[in-house]
Amino acid sequence: MFNLLQRFSDWLIFSVLGVSAESHLGQALTFFVYDTAKILILLFLITILMGIVNSYFPIDRIRNFLSRNKLYGTQYLMASTFGAITPFCSCSSVPLFIGFVKGGIPLGVTFAFLITSPLVNEVAVAVFLGTFGFKATIVYVISGILLGVISGMILGRMKLEPMLTDWVRKVWEQAKAEQADFEMGKVSFMGRLPVIIREALGIVKGVVVYVLMGIAIGAAMHGYVPEGFFEEYIGNDTWYAVPLAVLLGVPMYANAAGIIPVIQVMVAKGIPIGTSLAFMMAVVGLSIPEATLLRKVMTTRLVLIFFSVVATCIMISGYLFNFIL
Amino acid sequence: MTSIKILGPGCAKCKATYEVVKKAIEQSGVQAEVTKIEDLEGMMKYNILTTPVVVIDEQIRISGRVPALDEIKRLLN
Repeated sequence: MFNLLQRFSDWLIFSVLGVSAESHLGQALTFFVYDTAKILILLFLITILMGIVNSYFPIDRIRNFLSRNKLYGTQYLMASTFGAITPFCSCSSVPLFIGFVKGGIPLGVTFAFLITSPLVNEVAVAVFLGTFGFKATIVYVISGILLGVISGMILGRMKLEPMLTDWVRKVWEQAKAEQADFEMGKVSFMGRLPVIIREALGIVKGVVVYVLMGIAIGAAMHGYVPEGFFEEYIGNDTWYAVPLAVLLGVPMYANAAGIIPVIQVMVAKGIPIGTSLAFMMAVVGLSIPEATLLRKVMTTRLVLIFFSVVATCIMISGYLFNFIL
Repeated sequence: MTSIKILGPGCAKCKATYEVVKKAIEQSGVQAEVTKIEDLEGMMKYNILTTPVVVIDEQIRISGRVPALDEIKRLLN
């Protein structure tokens, strides 16, 4: 399917615009057209798919499910997987957190959800699929989910409840399994579709600028930076590359849509994939705006513990990727 | 008079929702009082999980997304 796109962008740049196929500019332009078209198509398809899933499994149901059932250790995996399939706007993370606590869901399980949710989201998956291909996307999704599980388990063991802010702690003490179901109504699939498509278009429209910027930077690098350029500086043997990438990534707050195309080119030009993935996870998964939001429900100490545990897990997975891939 | 509450910590989506609701009221000519609830404790009384939320006459009608103009108009009538 994407062969056609490649042929189209080659034709557009080389034949219609008459830019030489051998020139840097030609290479950069055809890369830009091809990647943009491919990623936007994937983005639209995947957001619709996720929209359908979410229309039938709204977050309220997931919360009720986690809250009612004793899941004997699998609840971390459940929460983390649910986190991957439910998109939500970052300003929802606080109400979500309180809602989970209120429903009597253990703090560690709530964290597992909270970690995976931004890390594996429909936009990241679509762009990842478009730039790195199917296999790498599967690896990314699975490792994102496992990262949530492991970090959640570690945080769950630490007995952090006393470090919630006062009123959230009160909520926690009065927590009980929530039964109240969100009124869903019986709407047919065709009745839901317009809302789903509108939402999907909204998401695509919201990130399209970042996608274009990311691909433009990626395309420029693709055309002008020589192969293996980064290898000289950040090779596989530089042991501190992974922690450095994570430490640089945490304060950065970029849209997953913008950062992935750049990273793909960096990998192509010689940065080890584990180091790149660690950087990306740190950028997407942990951010200063998120920290300030969480400060409303957690003490600064708890936010710091949360971030350190997740950052450490990201570093470990970075080393693992470098080792395996 | 209809009472409409918009719940959300003040992110872009919440502001968009507020604008949609205001426009819907103007166009449909319904008498309604719109309040924004931005503090967490006030929001959590409604037991919500995702924002923005539109509450019409104390009933949650929209949750976790920006509604369409027609949707709100329909809910108002």
